[in-house]
Amino acid sequence: MANFVAKPAPATLHAAADALAAGTTSSRQLAHDLLERYRVVDGTIHGFLRVDEAAILAQADAADARRAAGKALGRFDGVPIAIKDNISIDGQPCTCASKLLEGYTAAYDATVIARLREAGFVFFGQTNMDEFAMGSSTEHSAWFPTCNPWNTDCVPGGSSGGSAAVVASGQALGALGSDTGGSIRQPAGFCGIVGLKPTYGRVSRFGLVAFASSLDQIGPLTHDVRDAALLLDLIGGHDPNDSTSLDLPATDFEAALGNVDVKGLRIGLPREYMEVEGLSDEVRQAVEQTRDAFAKAGATIVEVSLPRTKYAVATYYVIATAEASSNLARFDGIRYGRRAKDATNLLDTYFKSREQGFGDEVKRRILLGTYVLSSGYYDAYYLRAQKVRTLIRQDFRAAFEQCDAILGPVAPTTAFRSGEFTDPLQMYLADIYTIPVNLAGNCAISVPVGVASSGLPLSVQLIGDALGESTILRAAQWLTTTGSPMPAGDA
Amino acid sequence: MATPAHDVDIAHTALLARLELTDAEKSAMQHEIEDIVGYVRLLQEVDVDGVEPTAHAAPVHNVFRKDASAPSMAHERMMDNAPDTIDDELIKVPVVLGGDEPGSA
Amino acid sequence: MQYDIVIGLEVHVQIRTDMKMFCRCANRFGAAPNTLVCPICLGYPGVLPVPNEQAIRRTLLAGMMCNCELAAWSKFDRKSYFYPDMPKNYQLSQYDLPLCGRGHLRIEGKSLIGDVGPKDVGITRIHLEEDTGKLTHFAQSSGVDFNRAGMPLMEIVSEPDISSADEAYAYLVALRQVMQYADISDCDMEKGQMRCDVNISLKLPGATAFNKKTEVKNLNSFKAVHRAIEYEIERQAEILEEGGQFIQATRGWNDVLGETYVQRIKEDAEDYRYFPCPDLMPMRIDDELLDELRCTMAETPARRRERFARDLELPAYDAHVLTLEKATADYFEACVAAGAPAKQASNWIMGEILRHLSETDTPMTGYPVRPEELAKLIGLIEKGTINQGQGRKILAQMVAEGGEPEAIAREKGWVQESNEGVIADFVRQAIAANPGPAQEVREGNAKALNFLMGQVMRLSRGKANPQVVMQLLENELTG
Repeated sequence: MANFVAKPAPATLHAAADALAAGTTSSRQLAHDLLERYRVVDGTIHGFLRVDEAAILAQADAADARRAAGKALGRFDGVPIAIKDNISIDGQPCTCASKLLEGYTAAYDATVIARLREAGFVFFGQTNMDEFAMGSSTEHSAWFPTCNPWNTDCVPGGSSGGSAAVVASGQALGALGSDTGGSIRQPAGFCGIVGLKPTYGRVSRFGLVAFASSLDQIGPLTHDVRDAALLLDLIGGHDPNDSTSLDLPATDFEAALGNVDVKGLRIGLPREYMEVEGLSDEVRQAVEQTRDAFAKAGATIVEVSLPRTKYAVATYYVIATAEASSNLARFDGIRYGRRAKDATNLLDTYFKSREQGFGDEVKRRILLGTYVLSSGYYDAYYLRAQKVRTLIRQDFRAAFEQCDAILGPVAPTTAFRSGEFTDPLQMYLADIYTIPVNLAGNCAISVPVGVASSGLPLSVQLIGDALGESTILRAAQWLTTTGSPMPAGDA
Repeated sequence: MATPAHDVDIAHTALLARLELTDAEKSAMQHEIEDIVGYVRLLQEVDVDGVEPTAHAAPVHNVFRKDASAPSMAHERMMDNAPDTIDDELIKVPVVLGGDEPGSA
Repeated sequence: MQYDIVIGLEVHVQIRTDMKMFCRCANRFGAAPNTLVCPICLGYPGVLPVPNEQAIRRTLLAGMMCNCELAAWSKFDRKSYFYPDMPKNYQLSQYDLPLCGRGHLRIEGKSLIGDVGPKDVGITRIHLEEDTGKLTHFAQSSGVDFNRAGMPLMEIVSEPDISSADEAYAYLVALRQVMQYADISDCDMEKGQMRCDVNISLKLPGATAFNKKTEVKNLNSFKAVHRAIEYEIERQAEILEEGGQFIQATRGWNDVLGETYVQRIKEDAEDYRYFPCPDLMPMRIDDELLDELRCTMAETPARRRERFARDLELPAYDAHVLTLEKATADYFEACVAAGAPAKQASNWIMGEILRHLSETDTPMTGYPVRPEELAKLIGLIEKGTINQGQGRKILAQMVAEGGEPEAIAREKGWVQESNEGVIADFVRQAIAANPGPAQEVREGNAKALNFLMGQVMRLSRGKANPQVVMQLLENELTG
């Protein structure tokens, strides 16, 4: 075991922006330092799939030139950010860590990328992930598994494990990931950083390679809450290219983080969350200590109930796999990506390209999703799951009448060891705390609160109502600054 | 924890999904999918009478685009991505056999 | 032997819009292969669809024109099957909540062979979907052009109310009429803007069940539909008479051989795994939108037919022929608006113009002479400047080389001679040269009068005003 946790200097996106504004660093210097760190640690961490040094330096130099000419695109012109490899960047590969997309070059910018590009961000590498975002450990990448910077024998979580690991190991100031059932929050939790899943519809999905369209959201993985807030301000907002995007006014979550106070804030604790089988003592204690810290600062603690929690995983695995089976049908080696060479006819081309291109976990979920949608099973599985989803949403609505934010674990345990889960179902069940939020469409944030006896980070989750980002960001800000309940977990 | 389902026709499902599976994969997948389906049957105990299904997490409707065309993408970019082409003009696919025909278009 | 025949049609109609159904690529026919494509209509990773509002409006309009019940709520579903012309390997279509529900379309009048109706053919539903790309088959491979992929496409499913090839033909004519009238589609079958699948089955009178239905797919002309149905009726009748076995099958149509052939045996129903598309939000069709559409709704062909007969006092037959295609009716009305008497305009359009279009296989919209010019030509005849025969020659000249009717008449000397002095000379010459017939006219033989008239016209080289000739002949011989 080795520990690779580090904070770059400057350590955050906002600090880098300040340093650029003050003239104490340059975009080239920032990129250079991160590339140095990358060369030292990523041979062990394997957080990046690709780092194109020349392209990064070219972007950085262009930003420096703009700034020198007094034409900076804004505060963040020249600040580097890492991107999960399922978000489309014009002219770059976008493999989703799948062999099937080998050779594909994206022909357009995702909306979030276009917005960051307009703000002057430097795209610093594409991060590893579970293939097509299907997994909770980044062991299901077609290329290589990513290691947890806190303990390289452990997984960084998933599916945005690459993004979490490069941030935690000081190779990135911040990163974008995607969250379908916990894929931002769980790796952020396992790697001791901040991870935010926005309300469904707040951030455009245009350009995010779809896993489960009704559950997916792009969100930030960052060193601090302020970076999460400012990234959400930048990437959020209505997008006419995404029919599911909400038409909302511009936000300034970052400004709302000044001088936070939790007095009078109603923190809900779902009783079902503490009854989950497999919840570790240390995670339970982290939640309880966080609760106590909130109470001590004048927050009101309310016990709430989310009675359908136990159905969430089953509901999720029907809906997510059904949508995935359809979303992944387009990967057939016909128009782009890798086509099997040994096929003799069309049917064979489909079979072989998909057989050779997809990993086992992806195949498993495609099969499950195909099955639940197939003739004779639709009503029993898919339609029923959609109805249970309605009930799960209603549970949250009722809970949020009694509280402003819900506090709970991110996952039942801290980061688990690589190869620990051999039974897929057991791995799925570990997503019990993150999945309900995607089903309901709410927002939630994963916040580091301490370090376990194993030396791995401990995190808690704050769940907000739909469009309740301001509340959970402020609570998270308080928790990570003035109200930290446990000894700091910095390396 | 859950009774495995025994009615999963994995070969048929794999055909629908255009996934080729070896015999070994087939039997492993059969077991795993039946396990998961068995678990998912947990949902049968939920009373969903009169409950509307949720297809979307956001309560939005009537999202449309005004009918105004815009330039298409460069033809070369499409051809560069294609695994095989005919004269850099059409996407080439292996001969379509009778059995591959879809039901309708 | 007589059979009960049941026919239902599934018709696909491309909707005329500026852009495709779910992306902003141009919705245009005839571009170089794979040039009207973008990441969205190619199904690239990460793209999302946004529906074209105009396509939805035009589908609702089609429903109104076909007397359909319109949905209050509608949605898009994904229909899954793998095929290389379909970029996402699912088609965005509509399953259980189509935009338009039950309706009907009236058929009547002359069909391809005989008269049909009046009869209402039920419409089951009209739904909106995206078109697929186009596959071209070669010996060892196939090639795909995705220009057509994602074009807005309407599917109109009829009830099995049709019982003959002629009725099917009339139904298609009526459907095309409606689409053209409401400006929904040009329905140009050559361009694939209208495509037809036919379901057909027969039973012996008294038998309780029909035989398994046969589907004939991708018929690309109204005549092909007619011929394929006639062929199938005969083929299925033969099997029935011989007591043979039917297999449920999809058949294709060979237009050259004039026969259908087995394309695919249908074993089970296809498993398309329809489910609501999570990328597209539901549509609420409110009264405001429907009122707005009703205001813009075009006159139906039936109303226009009535109006022509009533207000313009056209014979029913003329009104029927002129309204068969919207472009023809538009042309006729423009001609009348430019001053031509309705019956004269009708005669010219139904005679010269439709014959020319049919001979040259040109659509009405491609006819080179503008209706205002035809009105001018008719005006010259009305004034007596030219006669009918000259008018035909001038029109042919206008079609061939363009030009203005009066100028052509002057330039070519195709002007009518009405000067009585000049014509009287021709009359006297004709009588002198034909004493026998002249005598017969004096004795009251009208046929002989026509003969002499022809002689005078010949002497004048077709220029003499026939009315003046007739007048002078009568004066000369009977006066």
